[in-house]
Amino acid sequence: MNIPGNLKYTASHEWVRLEDDGTVTVGITDHAQSLLGDMVFVETPEVGRKVSKGEECAVVESVKAASDVYAPISGEVIAINVDLDGSPEKINEDAFSAWMFKMKPDNASDLGALLDAAAYQSVVESESH
Amino acid sequence: MLKRTPLYQAHSDMGAKLVDFGGWEMPLHYGSQIEEHHQVRRDCGMFDVSHMQVLDIRGKDSRNFLSHLVANNVDKLRAPGKALYSAMLNADGGVIDDLIIYYMDESWFRIVVNAGTAEKDIAWMEQQATGFSVEISPKRDLAMIAVQGPNAREKVWEALPGSKELTESLIPFSAVEMGTMFVARTGYTGEDGFEIMIPARAAPFFWATLAEKGVKPIGLGARDTLRLEAGMNLYGQDMDETVSPLEAGLAWTVDLKSERDFIGKTALLSKPVKSQLAGLLLLDRGVLRSHQKVSTSHGEGEITSGSFSPTLEQSIALARIPKEVATGEEVRVLVRDKLLRAKVVKYPFARNGKSLI
Repeated sequence: MNIPGNLKYTASHEWVRLEDDGTVTVGITDHAQSLLGDMVFVETPEVGRKVSKGEECAVVESVKAASDVYAPISGEVIAINVDLDGSPEKINEDAFSAWMFKMKPDNASDLGALLDAAAYQSVVESESH
Repeated sequence: MLKRTPLYQAHSDMGAKLVDFGGWEMPLHYGSQIEEHHQVRRDCGMFDVSHMQVLDIRGKDSRNFLSHLVANNVDKLRAPGKALYSAMLNADGGVIDDLIIYYMDESWFRIVVNAGTAEKDIAWMEQQATGFSVEISPKRDLAMIAVQGPNAREKVWEALPGSKELTESLIPFSAVEMGTMFVARTGYTGEDGFEIMIPARAAPFFWATLAEKGVKPIGLGARDTLRLEAGMNLYGQDMDETVSPLEAGLAWTVDLKSERDFIGKTALLSKPVKSQLAGLLLLDRGVLRSHQKVSTSHGEGEITSGSFSPTLEQSIALARIPKEVATGEEVRVLVRDKLLRAKVVKYPFARNGKSLI
């Protein structure tokens, strides 16, 4: 299973990259995309929207099903990946480079609650049993 | 424990994502459902449909029995090998199942029914057979492989020596016996091709031979988007025992013209038709899914099957809506808390590789 060690994760299958400038970049994991199958539609949040940790803030729809994407931390959406608009299949091709949105955290301390790769791997394994 | 077809091992070896489909462990896809869909529309692909149940009806009353049992008129079946699509109704006019009947001779009709309803169907048929000299035999030793797409027939001819001579002249919706095999020019994709019944023990070798000839395996995911584009009903979604075939887009399969009586006929004639099954094309961005509510100028309706159409590259659906709603009307569909715009269209949406919208 592909779970890069340099990223953080949530139990709801988002990946989070901590950037040098204190912002975070968010996408869905390779495990999540493989469960959903071919992506056909991505609805990203509006730039400037304030979201709370755990709030629904994007939707990915595959041929099979729709799935919410949750804010991994509280903060403000500062950018969205417009490339996904016409090419949602990029999530299937490489889930860890097909980022969905970037956020500016309200509290840097929120980041400590995210899962590391080993903890996320345990989440995935526990779900498959 | 899920049931497995004789091709289970082949699916695993080919990297299938296997899922529980009505109690059967079946391939959903082998990588990409959308690529598999295009593969069938543009070239050809093969499906394991061995979970479907083949039944033989034998005996001198076979024709009379079927004439009583199903809503379409088996008297349309005169040429050996000819196939007929029909609904099988209960006394209230609800659909117990949809099926294909192949006429072989006066004492042998072959039927294919859905996997999930097979046991219920057999029990119903046995019950209705009282008084008829017929024998109903489930052929549990038969696997079934569908090869579909513009190049499907050529590929089958390459993979099955001797099959070309026997099946080249088969007209659509007819079948022929070929030794222990049974080859029908039917399908569930809107493309040309064959559905081939084969003894279970021989199925893996035939599957492997088709693969060697370049035929790609296709999962149930693409099977669903192909049939939806082709405007073919799925039992359990687009109709069931609570739904009249006349409100499920199946009026063309119900024979109300002849004097013949059949189970459910009286109920159909006594109940007003209030709904129609219509095609929807989503105008906004999103994906239509079954059970979403539809608002029209004549009241509410509901999506029965919805998905993303790979051929049209937008979302399409079949929806049960009031019968007064005209083609071309713009309706609203409640998709995840939002009202999206959709247009009522005539279906099929796509067939033979092309969009019809």
